Amino acid sequence: MFDFLISFIPRAVGQGIPLLYGSTGEIMTEKSGNLNLGIPGVMYVGGIAGVIGAFLYEQGGNVIAPLAILIPLLCSLLGSLIMGLIYCFLTVTLRANQNVTGLAMTTFGVGIGNFFGGSLIKISGADVPSIALSETSAYFSKSLPFADKCGWFGKVFLSYGFLAYLAIIIAIVCSVVLKRTRIGLHLRAVGEDPATADAAGINVTRYKYVSTCIGCMIAGIGGLYYVMDYACGVWSNDAFGDRGWLAIALVIFTIWRPNVSIVSSIFFGGLYILYMYLPTGMEHMEVKELYKMLPYIVTLIVLVITSMRNRREDQPPASLGLAYFRESR
Amino acid sequence: MKNNHEPLFHVVKRDELSRGKGILIRVVAIIVALIFCGIITVALTGVNPISVYGTMVTGAFGSVRKTWVTLQNTAILLLIALALTPAFRMKFWNCGGEGQILMGGLASAACMITLADKLPNAVIIILMIISSIVAGAVWAGLPALFKALWNTNETLSTLMMNYIAIQLVAYFTVVWENPKGSGKIGIINQNSNIGWLPEIANKYLLAIVVGLIITFFVYIYIYYTKHGYEVCVVGESYRTARYVGIKVGKVIVRTLLLSGALCGLVGLLLVGGINHTITTTIAGGQGFTAIMVSWLAKFNPFVMILTSGLIVFLGRGAGEIATVFGFNQSFSDILTGIILFCIIGCEFFVTYKIKINKKEGEGNV
Repeated sequence: MFDFLISFIPRAVGQGIPLLYGSTGEIMTEKSGNLNLGIPGVMYVGGIAGVIGAFLYEQGGNVIAPLAILIPLLCSLLGSLIMGLIYCFLTVTLRANQNVTGLAMTTFGVGIGNFFGGSLIKISGADVPSIALSETSAYFSKSLPFADKCGWFGKVFLSYGFLAYLAIIIAIVCSVVLKRTRIGLHLRAVGEDPATADAAGINVTRYKYVSTCIGCMIAGIGGLYYVMDYACGVWSNDAFGDRGWLAIALVIFTIWRPNVSIVSSIFFGGLYILYMYLPTGMEHMEVKELYKMLPYIVTLIVLVITSMRNRREDQPPASLGLAYFRESR
Repeated sequence: MKNNHEPLFHVVKRDELSRGKGILIRVVAIIVALIFCGIITVALTGVNPISVYGTMVTGAFGSVRKTWVTLQNTAILLLIALALTPAFRMKFWNCGGEGQILMGGLASAACMITLADKLPNAVIIILMIISSIVAGAVWAGLPALFKALWNTNETLSTLMMNYIAIQLVAYFTVVWENPKGSGKIGIINQNSNIGWLPEIANKYLLAIVVGLIITFFVYIYIYYTKHGYEVCVVGESYRTARYVGIKVGKVIVRTLLLSGALCGLVGLLLVGGINHTITTTIAGGQGFTAIMVSWLAKFNPFVMILTSGLIVFLGRGAGEIATVFGFNQSFSDILTGIILFCIIGCEFFVTYKIKINKKEGEGNV
């Protein structure tokens, strides 16, 4: 059992980190009253933008340490920032329907990811068979040098690349900002009742823009982590899959609290790979496909149970999904 | 913008917009979007823009067969959009079209595979129709029930139902694998054609005819029946609906059963009529695209014929560009995304207008 946990937990964490980035980003976004269903698309863009940056850099020749990390990271942030700006421009400035805009963002973002994933080599004219960024990936997945020497403790707690720890730090910072600072108070006010916040002198548009864009950038790093660390720098189309949607579901599961998301993301990451550990017997390999349903079934059950309890403090931000127009009061 | 300065312009809500002007704004948006698409394509391929649009038209209407396929795909997308529409009018975001289609398809595939040679063909087809409609309806009915009883977030619950459906199909793909080890089901009943839906004139027309019939049906249902009226009231306000004596929960479940049933029907058409096999990607993301088709048409079934046609044209056109220039097929998703952004954005100019503030008006605030 102990051995099982030692091999299981690191993989669960690896699966959980993209979910953590996605859900932290979405929580920041939703706290401002924007329901961004484009997170799956944003995470794809974050991933592929980093891949493009790293790919062009690696093609250029000698790869040195700080740039190999900075270039993909900045590209990824820039890509997801652009997605965030598109979303904000449409929903905040032009007051478009948030559900439709979000779904369009997902179509667009997944399209961008898969398109450049499949055509990057052709467009850039490089002479390589596939996108495998092993050098960059090595920098991203580098764990602490003494992790190997610490036995099981090192394996469970110290064996991850820096982005995994960054995810946890970001989640904690976000939850402190939301709960303990004036900015967080203003942000929550905008999400609950923009008209009142506006009357109190808070710049609603600016808060919505900034928090949504920051949320998108956080989610984008999740995509980058997935390709560079978890997938060892190999981009394959549609590999990121439905993690973006699970991240959005996690927001409800954690009741809009990034610090709770740290544990629950890892829990869901575990559910995601649990099928590999469940016994099927040689005769019935097809049962594995049924085991893969687990994260979705658990999410569904969690959704139903949270809605059944329906506590006052567990409610979404009151103006979630609604555009704010100062003159329509 | 500083507060002590009067901004250059401000935004006001329009009272009412003439129909012609509304259409004009949207047409301009589509043209702007097509120009954007052209620019992006040219930037990536380096060919002249006119041949880009030419290639797109060739891709969609280049031959008789291509034209038929375009029409058939339009009909399928239209059907899915129609299926989702009653739910959207109720502001129920059914993102589960994908799963409902898969379940419909899975039910008909199950009939085709397990009942072949045991029952006469006509009986099998009738069973396929019934089972696929029931399967789709159940798959939409469950989230609706959760919503009606406990107000569970329907966007996420329907999404989760999609993935459960996908895994179910994956499971049965392994169970019914044919030939063994291929990892897919292959064409079902290839020699006997048992359970294949009958063709009208050619193999494309059936979906188109069904599409047109359902368009009329949904149009009448949402605009001219008591059910449609109730759906509309529930969509505006649960409280009003309760006040006038509409049972909100009942309306939600009933509407979603209809929505799911129509999606199940699409699954039947895809499996029994068009592909004669089932894969996890048989719906191909159209459950999501249809949401936007329906929304772009402002939930009007007849306008949906145009919007679904536009999206399919774009998809096939971009597919042709991708094939000609050796890109991958996701290129069409990018173009679809751009068109959607433009049309979503243009709704602003339909609802609001921008007033330029005159400088001399400063005195009267």
